[in-house]
Amino acid sequence: MHVELLFWDGCPSHPRALADLRAAMAGLGLDPSTVAIREIDTHERAARERFVGSPTIRIDGVDVQPTGDEPYGLTCRVYYRRDGRISPTPDPADVRDALRAAATAIDVHTSAVQTDPTERR
Amino acid sequence: MTVAIGDPAPAFALPDTAGTMHTPGEAPATVVVFTCNHCPYALAWHDRIIALAHDYADRGVRVLAINPNDAGRYPRDSIEAMRARVQGGEFDGVPYLRDESQEVARAYDAETTPDVFVLDAAGLLRYRGAPDADYEDPSQRAAFLRDALDAILDGRDPEPAQTPPVGCSIKWRE
Repeated sequence: MHVELLFWDGCPSHPRALADLRAAMAGLGLDPSTVAIREIDTHERAARERFVGSPTIRIDGVDVQPTGDEPYGLTCRVYYRRDGRISPTPDPADVRDALRAAATAIDVHTSAVQTDPTERR
Repeated sequence: MTVAIGDPAPAFALPDTAGTMHTPGEAPATVVVFTCNHCPYALAWHDRIIALAHDYADRGVRVLAINPNDAGRYPRDSIEAMRARVQGGEFDGVPYLRDESQEVARAYDAETTPDVFVLDAAGLLRYRGAPDADYEDPSQRAAFLRDALDAILDGRDPEPAQTPPVGCSIKWRE
């Protein structure tokens, strides 16, 4: 599983997001030290990385919250907590669920490969 | 330029989303809040500031919201987007002003959205900083700001008079 956190230093929310992400990983038995942390510091890089705001958390390339039609750029990202509150960081429950879904997908894929009758050795 | 607590706050005249000009003053206290449309911190605190404006209106307090962000790079802060929020009722009587040149934000040395300044009847800066201690906790009800207004209206010095502003950096023109 590839977990990455992309951030822009002009927004103060990424330390909190990283702490929440690492706590969620630890809670699921994943190694929190494996998070790839990448800074986005130019508008050009934001566009290249499809970065809609800081912080952005992707698990195997999939954003933990759909980005909709948000434009790419150096900005703080708006998240919605499950109770409807606006927040600068994703709901920890959404992060946990995204991690769990990705881990389950990997387990299913691994199981399918191991039991594939067409597999040749 | 940094405006210190006790200094005269910079005068300004800015248009709201309908083009009507607004200036601070002519009130026992005026709240000037730099804010915007796209910042989660500004949005998280927004309802608390609007509620405060209503709660203190009968004591003559004025609240002026100013959007200073570069709408060229951040289209969600365009005057059209500001107008849509006003027409949608989000500001509920609080003037939402456009600082197109960013001169007012620079004069106040505003750093973030939100960044709140409270002026007394004489136009002196009496409080500057965050609305309250936690953008995630609506029960805080802009407590720093309410305490500052209560102090000013009662003839006392706000305590604290200054807190660190918390939010998104103002999007200056490049």
